[in-house]
Amino acid sequence: MMGRKPYIREVSKTTWWLKHPRYMNYMLREVTSLFIGLYTAVAIDGVWRLQQGREAWEHFIAWTFSTEAVFMHIVFLVFAVIHTTTWFNVTPKAMPMHVGDEPLPDAAIIGAHYAGWVVVSVLALLIAGK
Amino acid sequence: MAKSHKPIIWGLFAGGGMVSAFVTPVMILITGLAVPFHLISREAMSYDRVHAFASNPIGKLLLFVVIFLPAWHAAHRLRITAHDFGLRQDIPIAVVLYVTAAVGTIMTISALLKM
Amino acid sequence: MSNDRTITLEVMRYRPETDAAPSFQSYVVPYVEEWVVLDALNYVKDNLDTTVSYRWSCHMAVCGSCGMMIDGEPKLSCKAFLRDYGSKIRVEPLSHFPIERDLVVVIDDFIEKFTRIRPYIIAQSEKPVSEGEYLQTPAQLHKYKQFTLCINCLLCYAACPQYAHNPEFVGPAALSMAHRYNLDSRDSGRDLRQEVSASHEGVWECSFVGACSDVCPKHVDPAAAIQQTKIASTMDYYKALLPGGK
Ligand code: SF4
Ligand code: FES
Repeated sequence: MMGRKPYIREVSKTTWWLKHPRYMNYMLREVTSLFIGLYTAVAIDGVWRLQQGREAWEHFIAWTFSTEAVFMHIVFLVFAVIHTTTWFNVTPKAMPMHVGDEPLPDAAIIGAHYAGWVVVSVLALLIAGK
Repeated sequence: MAKSHKPIIWGLFAGGGMVSAFVTPVMILITGLAVPFHLISREAMSYDRVHAFASNPIGKLLLFVVIFLPAWHAAHRLRITAHDFGLRQDIPIAVVLYVTAAVGTIMTISALLKM
Repeated sequence: MSNDRTITLEVMRYRPETDAAPSFQSYVVPYVEEWVVLDALNYVKDNLDTTVSYRWSCHMAVCGSCGMMIDGEPKLSCKAFLRDYGSKIRVEPLSHFPIERDLVVVIDDFIEKFTRIRPYIIAQSEKPVSEGEYLQTPAQLHKYKQFTLCINCLLCYAACPQYAHNPEFVGPAALSMAHRYNLDSRDSGRDLRQEVSASHEGVWECSFVGACSDVCPKHVDPAAAIQQTKIASTMDYYKALLPGGK
């Protein structure tokens, strides 16, 4: 009789995601949350200052002109857009849709999200800037 | 096998992910980049105008949704990300992140209610 | 058909009676344009080394037994053509499973999980045969058909980092098979399956890496099944919080 002795290969808990581009893309998608979180903190700070009064708000707006603030916001924007694209691109998996009996093609579901995104963004900019 | 309570937070995560996908980029533009880059005038983001927006019930509700949902989305995803980077102190990490999101939520509500 | 071209197969070997750990052994095999990696392995077994162990049966991507890591990617070896690889091909047993011997892995864990999700139709009440068959429209079939295509090859488990780090995770193929039966109009076993799917070790261990769907040779898209199960379970949960909910 041969005894069994199954061999277990260890997978690194910290560096596993460096082993395949697929995993790196996943981690890039996941770290967008750090920047969404940081920007949200900035937004909460803004609302808080708005409530404090005119002077506090003017401070907040003046701060957005600083080099650090501009740099930060550009980084936030890059990661926010990565979040948007990675989120939209998987919507057909999470929410498959049917028209009558026919499944809607993935491209239609994804395309509708992008179209909505453009509309929301343009509208928001127009309203904010009018 | 115990039924999980994950759905409470996951619902916020998923809703927040969707809201964030649609509005966070343009919010970043409006509050952080459009004024310094002269896409919109500084006047458009003046205290009077923004305050009036936040005083309007619909404006309040909009601001609340676009701030509180992304906050929970980020908190939950960061919890998973910490685990993916090999940090195994899941419960303490989750508590810190969720408490942070909760504090942010409360600050947002109280600020909006004062306007 | 062949010229003198050859390729080198680097095969992971593990002989439990003598080896403390796996190691690689190289074999030089003829390059044949229409060969798949499985043909190359069969050449080794027939002509060079009878001791190499691996599983296969159908040689046509339906039995699901020949999965292995080929150049680091989970693949069916009967569907991986030599012509798509270089002159050196590295062949290893499926990742994330214990190695029984050479390219053979221990899959007891999956079989147990697969059983646990009850992969069969659970009818509300059994009809006597005299009442005829359970009818289903093409549209009802369409809803779940994609998820029936699974051949249990386990490539998805070999691609899933969450399974790698938590072997308790029920995993892609089992969860998508649960979804397949839940979506079947003849079935009413969802509540029973939810005890597994909606548990901590069920869909909630998944962080939607999506690797399972990338590697699935049958386009089952287990990641989609799991996301849909998360959404449905979340709806259940919130509904139960409403007055009159259960
Ligand atoms: S879901 Fe796809 S990859 Fe996973 S076992 Fe089934 S056929 Fe194989
Ligand atoms: S030998 Fe049957 S799937 Fe490859």
